[in-house]
Amino acid sequence: MSTPAVRLQAISKRFGAVQANREVSFDIAAGSVHGLVGENGAGKSTLMAILYGYYHADSGSIEVNGQQVHIANSQQAIGLGIGMVHQHFMLVETLTCLENIMLGAEGGFFLTASKAKVRAKLVTLMQETGLQVQLDAVVADLPVGELQRLEILKALYRGARILILDEPTAVLTPQETDQLFITLRRLKERGTTLILITHKLREVMSLCSAVTVMRAGQVVETRPIAEWSEEALAESMVGRKVTLGRPEGMEVNAGEVRLQASGLSLKHANGVPALKDVSLTLKAGEIVGVAGVSGNGQSELLEVLSGLRAPEGGRLQLGSASFTPGAWLDTSQARPLRLAHVPEDRHAVGLVMSFPAWESAVLGYQNLPKYRKGASMNHAAMQAATRQMQERFDVRPRDENLGSSKFSGGNQQKLILAREIGEQPTVLLVGQPTRGVDIGAIEFIHGQLRALRDAGCAVLLVSSELDEILALADRVVVMNCGRITGELAIEDCDEKRLGLLMAAQEERAAA
Amino acid sequence: MSQPTQLPRWIDIGVLPVWNLAIALLVAGLVVMVIGHSPWQALTVLLNGALGSVRGLGYSLYYATTFIFTGLAVAVAIHAGLFNIGGEGQATLGGVGVALVALWLGAKLPAVVMLPLLVIAAAAFGMLWAALPAYLQAWRGSHIVITTIMFNFLAAGLNGYLLVNWLRPAGSMSVESAEFAESARMPALHQIAAALGYELPSSPLNLSLVIALVACVFVGWFLWKSAAGYAVRAVGSAPRAAHYAGIRPRAQVLLAMAISGGLAGMVGINEISGVQGKLTLDFVAGAGFTGIAVSLMGRNHPVGIVLASLLFGVLYQGGVEVSFELQGFSREMVVTAQGLIVLFSGAMATVSAPLFAKVYAALKGGR
Repeated sequence: MSTPAVRLQAISKRFGAVQANREVSFDIAAGSVHGLVGENGAGKSTLMAILYGYYHADSGSIEVNGQQVHIANSQQAIGLGIGMVHQHFMLVETLTCLENIMLGAEGGFFLTASKAKVRAKLVTLMQETGLQVQLDAVVADLPVGELQRLEILKALYRGARILILDEPTAVLTPQETDQLFITLRRLKERGTTLILITHKLREVMSLCSAVTVMRAGQVVETRPIAEWSEEALAESMVGRKVTLGRPEGMEVNAGEVRLQASGLSLKHANGVPALKDVSLTLKAGEIVGVAGVSGNGQSELLEVLSGLRAPEGGRLQLGSASFTPGAWLDTSQARPLRLAHVPEDRHAVGLVMSFPAWESAVLGYQNLPKYRKGASMNHAAMQAATRQMQERFDVRPRDENLGSSKFSGGNQQKLILAREIGEQPTVLLVGQPTRGVDIGAIEFIHGQLRALRDAGCAVLLVSSELDEILALADRVVVMNCGRITGELAIEDCDEKRLGLLMAAQEERAAA
Repeated sequence: MSQPTQLPRWIDIGVLPVWNLAIALLVAGLVVMVIGHSPWQALTVLLNGALGSVRGLGYSLYYATTFIFTGLAVAVAIHAGLFNIGGEGQATLGGVGVALVALWLGAKLPAVVMLPLLVIAAAAFGMLWAALPAYLQAWRGSHIVITTIMFNFLAAGLNGYLLVNWLRPAGSMSVESAEFAESARMPALHQIAAALGYELPSSPLNLSLVIALVACVFVGWFLWKSAAGYAVRAVGSAPRAAHYAGIRPRAQVLLAMAISGGLAGMVGINEISGVQGKLTLDFVAGAGFTGIAVSLMGRNHPVGIVLASLLFGVLYQGGVEVSFELQGFSREMVVTAQGLIVLFSGAMATVSAPLFAKVYAALKGGR
């Protein structure tokens, strides 16, 4: 066997009481796509941070292309041909793409000359790799997919032969994901070694040549892709059997109408329509899935239905209360009407990051008598309620005093879900419940949503993951360009029909 | 990438501020040396003047009282995500409120009724002066930093106008109001002591200190215990999450600024009712701005603000003594020292934090 591009030997790293990596060893073959999977907190990111020079291993050694190396900082990593594309892009929003690539590699006091040189090199690089980026466009104006190409281009420009990609598809639309995969295959053909960290097992299966699974800081196993299946990966990651698909015998038992929206219309600030004549009915005991490529009005629909935003036209009937644009539902009225909402953006909307868990755990319910003592909050009651939520929804760590920002994404989401489900809502709006959440937590969250439905709650599920919608929904509506382009019972759904509706080709799907 | 080592609380709120203060004093000492004085002598005179006598201590505490009010005002606004630079103007208006009520009713009402009335007037006028910029920010989108600064000038102008055209007694050449009746004057500590049979040297320290300490307790309760404070803090750190939770951000902006302005207005009680006994020009003398430094240094927490106010009170009083006692040691020199403390303890408060993190990690790893 030829020399591996990277060989990790017995890497250990401890942060205080937490052993983030324990004796981690595996090889990454040169020119391969190597998958690195594991639940949140399994130690993948720490390991890659060590490889990229952010952290130093407490013990163990790293070989790059057969040479034992000591990587003290990311400059040295770049010097060794290691590049990293972070989940959250490291770009200056107000600069152009070209300027962002030059940043830190300006090469001289005057920019004009070096700009021309960099541009010439980039044009060649773009042709070779097929990574097309508008070099003179300002970063803030570009879509996420293009920014990601820019990040990859930036790493390649700095001579990366080994490229680490941390959750590259978490923020991409399906089309952008397809585009990214084409690019990654092309890079592989050019001999670049790729390390792919992801939660999405289907992507691993389609792209990687070998996969390492990590759990609790240790390598569970490394095997060539031929020896893996999605189920085997999931089981290896979680350490037990995981079922993510639709369980057998999920009967549809829709009851009375709980929420009825008709003719909703809304415009963006720039005048472009965000919602066009959207009508929707939610019945007790059903989950209605909203499918669509992100950015086609699903977020706005959630905002309007939850009272965060008033539409320009339309009507909303919620139980016996009805609302019109002039006097729209307010967020302070929603919860007393037993409408709960798990927002898409848990960091900025679902939690107050600077609050400890026990303060975030009553957000939205802060006026309930049980959390109050006259004009004061009842801290003891809030803390007790939080402990119960953490217990019931398996939020880890079980510490009600820990800052909301200190929990992993999956555990934050579980806390929000515990809070919103806790007061027995009759209607629950859920946006992207499992974005960036690991498999064990996804299974748990899906189970909770199904249980809620079986208990008679009407659930509206907005998700950019088709798999999630197919696994949970009883009925699916598809949105495209702010319009509902189709509605299908779950029996009639398959990915092809939904895909066509998402691309707004109603006639062909109907035919 | 998250910071791997975090400072334990006792270093963060105990060691770090003392360290910052030490650096500030060291640099101030160097400056004193450069201009040819002995830093040691200056420090001795300063501490002696501020703490060495009952009278000096009284002065120090009187200054601290004013800083507690303005510091709390800044802190409450900061927890709502607002930077209230208008403490100066709100304090001025507090004084105007005190004077108007005192001159109008002072001769007719006994102190028992008059003093609470003055406290209400000071708070109400300060509140009003902060509520206007708050309204402009919340409903009209004018930035509160800009409007509160402008309102400082408006307050000074209004005070001057009232004094020159309306409140100045006929025939008086100085720009100040008539003296208040005795019932409108907050009792000084030495007066209370005398009534109880103790003799204390006279100082401007008055009952306002008690009000300031009550205000600290109130602010602590309001921010961290009350339901309204929960809403204010939610809006301050995550406005979208607050809206999601059914909290109306605009109302919280108004509430927080009203409380902030009310606290700043209480300076009028300490200065106008407690010390001057009449309305004067420029009686706030920068205390509104010092409140920003006090709040920063006190980590926007009432306990920290009391400690920072004491420090600044000592510096003010001691500084006056130093400029009296030491030949050629000007008042400006004292202001420089104060400026250095604001710089190191306020603006650059966390500059040394990474150093401490390293030392702490090394010590802990070695164990």
